[in-house]
Amino acid sequence: MKPFDYTRADSAAQAVREYAPGTMYLGGGTNLVDLMRLGVAEPERLVDVSRLPLDTIESVRDRVRVGAAVRNTDLAVDPMIRARYPMLARAVLTGASGQVRNVATVAGNLLQRTRCAYFQDVTRPCNKRRPGSGCPAIAGDHTNLAILGSSEACVATHPSDMAVALAALEAEVHVTGPGGDRIIPMPGLHRLPGEEPERDTVLEPGDLITAVELPPPPAGATVYRKVRERASFAFALVSIAAVLDVGDDGVVAGCRIALGGVAHAPWRAERAEQALIGGPATGEAFLRAAEAELEQARPLPRNAYKVPLTRNLIVSTLEGLAS
Amino acid sequence: MEITLQVNGKPRTVDVDPRMSLLDLLRERLGLIGAKKGCDHGQCGACTVLIDGRRALSCLALGVAVDGSEVTTVEGLANGDELHPLQAAFIEHDAFQCGYCTPGQLCSAAGMLGEPGPSAVTEDILVDPDLTPEEIRERMSGNLCRCGAYVNIVSAISEVAR
Repeated sequence: MKPFDYTRADSAAQAVREYAPGTMYLGGGTNLVDLMRLGVAEPERLVDVSRLPLDTIESVRDRVRVGAAVRNTDLAVDPMIRARYPMLARAVLTGASGQVRNVATVAGNLLQRTRCAYFQDVTRPCNKRRPGSGCPAIAGDHTNLAILGSSEACVATHPSDMAVALAALEAEVHVTGPGGDRIIPMPGLHRLPGEEPERDTVLEPGDLITAVELPPPPAGATVYRKVRERASFAFALVSIAAVLDVGDDGVVAGCRIALGGVAHAPWRAERAEQALIGGPATGEAFLRAAEAELEQARPLPRNAYKVPLTRNLIVSTLEGLAS
Repeated sequence: MEITLQVNGKPRTVDVDPRMSLLDLLRERLGLIGAKKGCDHGQCGACTVLIDGRRALSCLALGVAVDGSEVTTVEGLANGDELHPLQAAFIEHDAFQCGYCTPGQLCSAAGMLGEPGPSAVTEDILVDPDLTPEEIRERMSGNLCRCGAYVNIVSAISEVAR
């Protein structure tokens, strides 16, 4: 690991003042420390923000504000989150292991990096790690990588479960930074790779996430489901956070579908949502909507299985919510 | 940098490089070799310790970042010569073969027993469920055992959870 300086910030404002090029903020460290050990991240300086007083979950009028330093475990077991946003609690609980969730923060979960094997291996080219060096995943092992929104430069996926639920809940990410404060609505925090795969998010240098604010829960039934290669402690091959509101007349009044494991960002299936709203809540309609969404999929030879997997997951999840 | 930790109830002050993990600090600087270096990437759980009472991976914790914390390692679980109930149950149920993952399994189980709330396999997310074997398997999924002693690990933890 490359040598670095370490300092602990007492406030968000102080952390931002401490920022300079080469600085990284340290949350729980469950991803960053590993990336530093791998040589993928080489900060000159860490500003530890894990003990900032941003560790509370508060009800603010009809919304809930989750501090950036709240640990994943504390978010998932919070009675208010479980009662009002069960999909979020469920998503967090399917991520990582108990030990990791006890330490990982909400902001750190959002800002964790892809687990693409080439990104994590400094002996290999990677456009995300070393812009312009190439993407060996496209001709190599992309079994777990993206089928939607990828580019010639990068086919990485974002690994977070929590972010997928936040995309469906249309949470707001509160940010402070050298340029002032702003609010980014999910799923807008994460971006598609395009020509700049080194940028996972729309954050600017020195930006610090201070909170995630949850709007009132959407009407209808919600669920988070995750498909993975083993029953626990594995990243999603595909995951889904879905909201379905069916009226007494059997017509879909509201629908939100966010997908994980398929793109560089949590993927809102807007085509499928549009296809369903105002129509019947039937298995046939769900299938047509899923197919409409996946028409834009650009799978590679070894991850083409994700197209039918995603289709079937969308259909069975919506069928479950409709019944 | 000089940091102070309460390790197994005793204050320990050490001068560390910011790069040093809590795991290396415990093993190399304090001579506490109970916590094991398995993968050193947070994937195996062999380095699990309790930090301020919560189970955590000491390989992914920087020593400087846990300055001021209370750390309990497997060496600190027993009360003198009296084994921790989990240690006694692991012996009773033959819950290991090579033993390399055992310190991590014990610390993880000790932390897990103090963690209320649902898990990914809990049917009703509003309920704090009983620790059935299924719940224990899910909650202990961060601790790998290459000998495959899982069946006996689950029975040992079940006995203490009752």
